Parts: sequence; structure tokens; C-alpha cells
Amino acid sequence: MSALRVVKSTEFDLLAVRKDFPGLHQKVHGKPLVYLDNAATTQKPKVVIEALNRFYSVDCSNVHRAVHELSDRATRSYENARMIAKHFINAPSEREIVFVRGATEAINLVANSYARPRMKAGDEILISALEHHSNIVPWQLLSEQIGTCLVVAPIDDAGELIVEEFERRLGPKTALVAVAHVSNALGTVMPVREIVSMAHARGVPVLIDGAQAVPHLRVDVRELDCDFYVFSGHKIFGPTGIGVLYGREELLERMPPYQGGGDMIRSVTFEKTIYNELPYKFEAGTPHIAGAIGLGAALDYVSHIGIERVAAHERELLAYGTEGLRAIPGLRLIGTAREKAGVLSFVLEGVHPHDVGTVLDRDGIAVRTGHHCAQPVMNRFGVPATTRASLAFYNTKAEIDALASGIRHVQRLFAA
Amino acid sequence: MNDSEIADLYQELIVDHSRRPRNFRRLEDSTHKAEGFNPLCGDRVRVYLNLEGEVVRDVSFEGEGCAISKASASLMTESVKGKTKTEVERLFSRFHDLATGAVDADLAALGKLAAFSGLRGFPARVKCATLAWHTLRAAFEKKVGTVSTES
Repeated sequence: MSALRVVKSTEFDLLAVRKDFPGLHQKVHGKPLVYLDNAATTQKPKVVIEALNRFYSVDCSNVHRAVHELSDRATRSYENARMIAKHFINAPSEREIVFVRGATEAINLVANSYARPRMKAGDEILISALEHHSNIVPWQLLSEQIGTCLVVAPIDDAGELIVEEFERRLGPKTALVAVAHVSNALGTVMPVREIVSMAHARGVPVLIDGAQAVPHLRVDVRELDCDFYVFSGHKIFGPTGIGVLYGREELLERMPPYQGGGDMIRSVTFEKTIYNELPYKFEAGTPHIAGAIGLGAALDYVSHIGIERVAAHERELLAYGTEGLRAIPGLRLIGTAREKAGVLSFVLEGVHPHDVGTVLDRDGIAVRTGHHCAQPVMNRFGVPATTRASLAFYNTKAEIDALASGIRHVQRLFAA
Repeated sequence: MNDSEIADLYQELIVDHSRRPRNFRRLEDSTHKAEGFNPLCGDRVRVYLNLEGEVVRDVSFEGEGCAISKASASLMTESVKGKTKTEVERLFSRFHDLATGAVDADLAALGKLAAFSGLRGFPARVKCATLAWHTLRAAFEKKVGTVSTES
């Protein structure tokens, strides 16, 4: 019933949208699945599954190589996916769209090909206290290799970046700013435009980790004016193992390749190799062709629904969920930023998140429990772990109600 | 309905031990100790032993974790007191069989530990239940005052 109310309020047909996702319609432990683990990965719409199927059953071939028909089709589909990704984040050129395995690989690519050749010992990488491990560890590896320093800007009790503290840490030694657009553990939307303008005022380039942002917000890299933007396909309804690195052309041009191999070269002799042009210079070896095509299908699907409608529906769900969970005695929301996207992270008094997760699972509710690959965030809030419910546009108010009643079930089980 | 499976897992004895863990303290006169960590969930446990030869004179634990890991550590300390190292090994092996449901465990020999029989339906939680036992095993090998990688 509540699903029908949502249809009216957000102007898209939620029930029809849910039909597009075969994975949503199953029973888990005898209960209808309530999938609230979208920040970990999203379910896939039929169009994505069909795109993968079509590639492997009809167009299966390698790209950029042969003159035969299948290779031509594969190449066109693969490059078409690049154009879709370019439009999706409003990048100026398809030469700036590099297909990678995911946000993690993209950050490692920037650490290795951008930072390592041009930075020196003592140079600082400035991040925030709510980064995912994928935007911490590559910079620590770099520190071990060349002696750069990792500087961390703190967050407040709501889980918001303390902007003045961030600005204070932007100094003459800052060589790169690398921040999440949206926190995976708390859902905080970071003030990325402000961050970019503060950094650029000091000539410091900015990388934005958009893994948790692209499924929820309109992303426009020209408007953001960032230098690098990275995201993973599987968090925006695409396949796993494919993601995008956007980089400013003039930066990518000056960067050495990340990996060597086929496809990234123009000519090879034993004396000298000339690298291929952008973006192929960074796509060594046979890429995840099917993945890229699937990602293209996913981005098209989201564009077709409209990211603004997605955002509006999710805002409503998040407000509804926040209110619903706040009404539960003994529940503490972790992450109460004014601007949030898609995440309800919480702890229950006297019950460990793993026990919460186990009981919810038996009620058919999929959530994530643990540190969410963001241990420093957990330490900041003095908790070893949280339970995280994370939303996608296919979620309903009825599912939020199911979550709330699941939590009450947990509390009954562990009542003193 | 899967409430029965949940009820099997979170039996009264387990919930009780998770809420009021026994032997939950630092052992001042410990001869052996070790720390266990499950990086997957962040659970931590420290097990203290007072050994007289091969015999467990006293045992205690500290740490934080889920209901299963706390209750398991608590019931473990109750079960191993007065036993020899060999007897403890045998008990752990039985407990492991029970937790994984690999073979029919000897329930009579397990005593109170039989309360963990519900674990077989929850393979993802077996590690929670065995963390304290693995740490106990490590403690047998770690004399207090010897060089250790644990702090």
C-alpha cells in the first residue's frame, strides 16, 4: 500500500521500476527480500543482464584489433559505453574517460601514474576522516614508496567535514586533495565544490571518489571543476569489475601509463615503445568489454529514469527512514549530517551489529554490518562497527517499515 | 518462519552469557595470555590463563564482540577450568564439530557448550564462536613475560 503512495509523490512508477530488477523478487529464509545493502552493491536491471548476455552470445569478440564484423560490433559497443559515461558525468571529452576495474583501481592508478612520478618526500596528500580504505591505503603505499605524508581533515559529531580544519591543512606542501563525494559509512555528502575551489585557489589538484555519489546525485565534473573523478559500475546497477576514471586531459597526457601491455601502445620495438593516445594509454590488455557495455546500459537506464527523480525519491525515503529509526528507543544513528545520501548507519544499545545483521537476515532484510571498510570512521564515533541500511531508488517505504519492525524484533530477542 | 532457527541460535543461556559474561576480567596472576582479533568484524578477545603444569587453574577473558563471541568466550572459560591442555584440545575439537555441523557432535561431552548447536544454520557466525577458542590455544603457547608480537 505504501508503495502506491510513493508512486504519486515522486512521479515515477516505483512498481514498474522494481519489475526491472529480477533480483528483488525472491524470498530469503522464507521472507520477501528487503534489499538494503545498496552501498555495497546494487541489484542489476534486466537491461544490464541482457546487455551482458547479448555481448557474450552474439557480439563476443575483442576490441580495437580485427577487421571482422564481430570485432567491429564489440568495438562500437565498447566505445559507445565510453560516450555514455562521458555524458553521464558531463566530461568534456571521451579521451578523459578511462575504463578501470573500479574506483579502487582508479585511485591506485592516480597514485601510481600521477602522484608517484611528480611528488617528493614531504609532499602532502590531504584526505578527510571519513574516507573508505580505498582512498587511504593507496596513499599510504605511496608514503612508503617515496615518503609523502598523509594529512587528514577531521569530521564533527554529525559526520560532517569541518571545513575550516580542512582549509587549515591546505598548505604549501599539499600536493593533492583526495576526498569522497559521499561517505559510504555515514552517507554524508561532502562539500566538494567548496573543497575544489579552496584547493584550486592554492594550485592543488583534487581527486573525488564518487563511488557512493553517482547512484544518488547528479554529477557534473565540469561544474565540480575537479581534476579526477572515480566511480565503480556495480554501485550504479552495472556489472562488477568495471569502473571509470575521469581525468583532465592535460593531466592524463602528462602521466605515464599505469600498466604495460597490449592495446596501450602505438608501436613496440625492443629499443623503444610509443604509447597509444588517450584513453587507451591507460587500458593495457583486453579490457572488461562486457562490463563496460553493461555499465553503459546501466547509466542509460538511470538517465532514462532521471537522476533528479532518483534523488527526490531517495531523499523522501531517507527522511522517512531517519524519522522511523529515531523513534526506536535505544537506537543511535551514526552520521547525522545535514546533507546525506542513501545511508542509515546505526548502533543498538546492548546489541552488537553482527547479531542485528543475523536476525535481520532471517527476516529477509539484507543490511551490512561491520566497519564498512572505514575503520577510522568507526574509531571517530567510538564504535567497533555499525549496522548500515543503504538505499537505492527501487526501495520503498514499506521496506523501511520492515527494517524498523526487524529492529524491534532484534530488541525483543535481546531484551534484558 | 525462521524464528525457530533464530531461537536455536540465541538460546537463553547464550543471551544470558553475552549480557553477563562470566570470568570477564583481567587475571592478575596469569602465567599465559594471548590476544585474538577477527579483522573481518573487529572482534577482539584477550584470554588469560593460570597454568599449573598442564592444568588450567584459572582462566578469564576481556574484549568486545557480538553476543555469540562473548557468550562463547564466557562458556569456554567455565568449561575449561580444571582441565588439562589435552582435555581442552579434545573439547575444542568437539565444539568445532558442533559449530560447523560437520559431524554429529558428542552433546553429552560438551555440557553447557551444547547450547551452540544452533550455529550449524549460520555458517557466517562460526568464526565468532571459535575466536575465543583459537585465542585460548594461542595462550597455551604464550608465557607471560616472554617476547610476543601482541601488546
